[in-house]
Amino acid sequence: MTTLFTFPKGGVHPPDAKKLTADCPIETIPTPDELEIILGQHIGAPCTPTVERRDTVSEGQMIGEVKKGLGVPLHAPAAGTIKLMGMSDHPMQVKAPSITIKVDHEASANEHNVSDWSQRDAKELVGLVRDAGMVGIGGAGFPSHVKLSPPPSDPIDTLILNGAECEPYITSDYRQMLEMSTEIVEGAKIILKILGVKNCIIGIEANKPEAIKVMGEAAAEGSTSEFNVQVSPLEVKYPQGSEKQLIQSLTGRKVKGFALPSSVGVVVHNVGTTRAIYEAVVLGKPLYEKIVTVSGLGINKVGNFKIKVGTKLSDIVEYCGGTNDRLSKIIMGGPMMGFNVSSLDIPITKTTGSILFLAEEEIDTTPHSNCIRCGWCLEACPMGLEPKEIAIHVEAGKGEDTNQFGVFECFECGCCAYVCPAKRPLVQFIRLAKMKAKR
Amino acid sequence: MWSVVACLVPPLVLSVFIFGVQTLLITAVSVASCVAMEAISQKSLGRKITVSDGSAVITGMLIAFMIPPDVSFLLPVLGAVMAIYIGKHLLGGIGYNIFNPALLARAFLLATFPVAMTSAWIAPNNSLFTFLGTTVDSVSSATPLAVMKEQGIEAFQAQFGTASNIYTNFFVGIQPGSIGETSALLILLGGLYLMYKGYITWHIPASTLGSIAAFTWIFGGDVYCSGDPLLAILTGGAMLGAFFMANDYVTCPTNKTAQLVYGVGIGALTVLIRLKGGYPEGICYAILLMNPVSSVLDTMFKPKRFAPLAPPPGGGK
Repeated sequence: MTTLFTFPKGGVHPPDAKKLTADCPIETIPTPDELEIILGQHIGAPCTPTVERRDTVSEGQMIGEVKKGLGVPLHAPAAGTIKLMGMSDHPMQVKAPSITIKVDHEASANEHNVSDWSQRDAKELVGLVRDAGMVGIGGAGFPSHVKLSPPPSDPIDTLILNGAECEPYITSDYRQMLEMSTEIVEGAKIILKILGVKNCIIGIEANKPEAIKVMGEAAAEGSTSEFNVQVSPLEVKYPQGSEKQLIQSLTGRKVKGFALPSSVGVVVHNVGTTRAIYEAVVLGKPLYEKIVTVSGLGINKVGNFKIKVGTKLSDIVEYCGGTNDRLSKIIMGGPMMGFNVSSLDIPITKTTGSILFLAEEEIDTTPHSNCIRCGWCLEACPMGLEPKEIAIHVEAGKGEDTNQFGVFECFECGCCAYVCPAKRPLVQFIRLAKMKAKR
Repeated sequence: MWSVVACLVPPLVLSVFIFGVQTLLITAVSVASCVAMEAISQKSLGRKITVSDGSAVITGMLIAFMIPPDVSFLLPVLGAVMAIYIGKHLLGGIGYNIFNPALLARAFLLATFPVAMTSAWIAPNNSLFTFLGTTVDSVSSATPLAVMKEQGIEAFQAQFGTASNIYTNFFVGIQPGSIGETSALLILLGGLYLMYKGYITWHIPASTLGSIAAFTWIFGGDVYCSGDPLLAILTGGAMLGAFFMANDYVTCPTNKTAQLVYGVGIGALTVLIRLKGGYPEGICYAILLMNPVSSVLDTMFKPKRFAPLAPPPGGGK
């Protein structure tokens, strides 16, 4: 084995729990009768609907557009009629505006024909990516076309594909790498062409040897004199998949504070996003389907599913044969960074990567106690912060004073809370601090 | 917490062998009164009762370890009141106390019962160890460092043996002294176990013991650089202090660099007290003096930020 790439500071080793779903091939969940498409699915301004109530829409038709500012359009995941412009449950905002589509199951599915992208120029390709509503589907939801148009002052020399998938439980990227390796490499070449760059590194954590092998073969096959794609195994350490950490692991470059990866000549895309970019450009298929891992001991059927955006959690639970008695917590996202949800009416969005139905033995509900200043969170923090100080300030009602501890550098990876022997909800304290403190 | 308790058991067992069953009773009284005091304090202050976390048990054991074996049972009880009620809960409860409660109790007992705390020694019974080839003429009535301080090196050698076996005796623990601090070996093993488990790191013990040895070597002899560093860290509770008290999570700094400075501070103060102060040992006061400096050190030595957004402001508002 060659040396594994990693980042120097902090990080933790939670049990990865990927065995539950790693061998489950991607399965398609049938479109439910109703889809609720939340208007704000990306970082930036939410979409304004371009359709009206009772309108008939076809699969892939644009139904929302951002008129001003940062954003990407929204598309109808299935043919049907617009039933309602209302509000939907949302994991973070409680309620969020949405469009409800009553699905017409009779309509024939779209056919996607392969087109040749190599004749198109970079500008045209970026336009296709934007029009397909592409965002970073690894979780952040940052509009992809912005990443593909770095400022001219930042010359890019490397594209990094993030296949680390360091969060426990989640295997959706892993399955995509196994089943769609050629598409991912093809997507990488599209991005390389857009950026005018030759080199692409695919970073995959060493606990996925199969993916490293399959992607390595696809990369070798796809590489030409024009595009050089290669796979680099990463040390298994959470949060290896965090953008800044990943860049340092693979290139040794450090991205400063608010700066974007382009400031060090790097663009990072998730492998799932890369596959979706391939579909958008080559097949002309907008982003309205997600590969989602459903896992945990609290649900009867686990697996990796291709799900239409707007499908509610309740539809997924129904498809998976319901939950069982052991269920005690539902989390959207990974166990380290995800959100606990209280409603099954929440529809999935472009950025949903996993839904976990965790049983009592998979979670820790011990009440938290005082900070004993052991300093473990300082050791675990990949950003070199002092989580305990921020939390103590918040507890003392001084959340507004936490800027001095670099509270805005925190990306809420949860390493501190994971190691805390007093079980303190440090990430929640930090989120409170971010609301109180001013930049 | 319970691993720490487990690590403190071997020194206790040894003390029963060398000082008799009295030490076990003292420890039992101390632990029981600490646990009771914890419950009473938390009840009276309206806090959640957390005796089951084991921290009061550790405090109780440490108090017992730091008092002579032949004292009245009243002492550990009073020590528990001082440590748990005043030292811990009145100063904010677990996590907020500034001073190490056990050391506070020892300082309090030393000030209020100076005679008992400095004379109730029991000569060690070394019959169990004769097969090891280490024979000690056990008639001494004071701790090694006290003898050395008050009567000089000749008296010390007359009482505790010659250079040939003196280190072995102190290392294994056949010496007069407080209940749990005599055996450097067992404390070292306990400390290494805690390090192996990842509960403590090497920073504070190494810097504390290293600086005690270094400063004693430089200043401890008749001329500079002629002191006896090995003896300095084997006696006077230095090992117990360095492994089980100086790195008490609550009262030590959290940053590793700050911890190194903190350890050196403890070492320097210990040697200063031993050589120039009124007490033959010194690590207890040295740690208590460094405890309030912890948070200052933490402010001075911050972890290196991975991607600072702005130049670190000078101390906030």
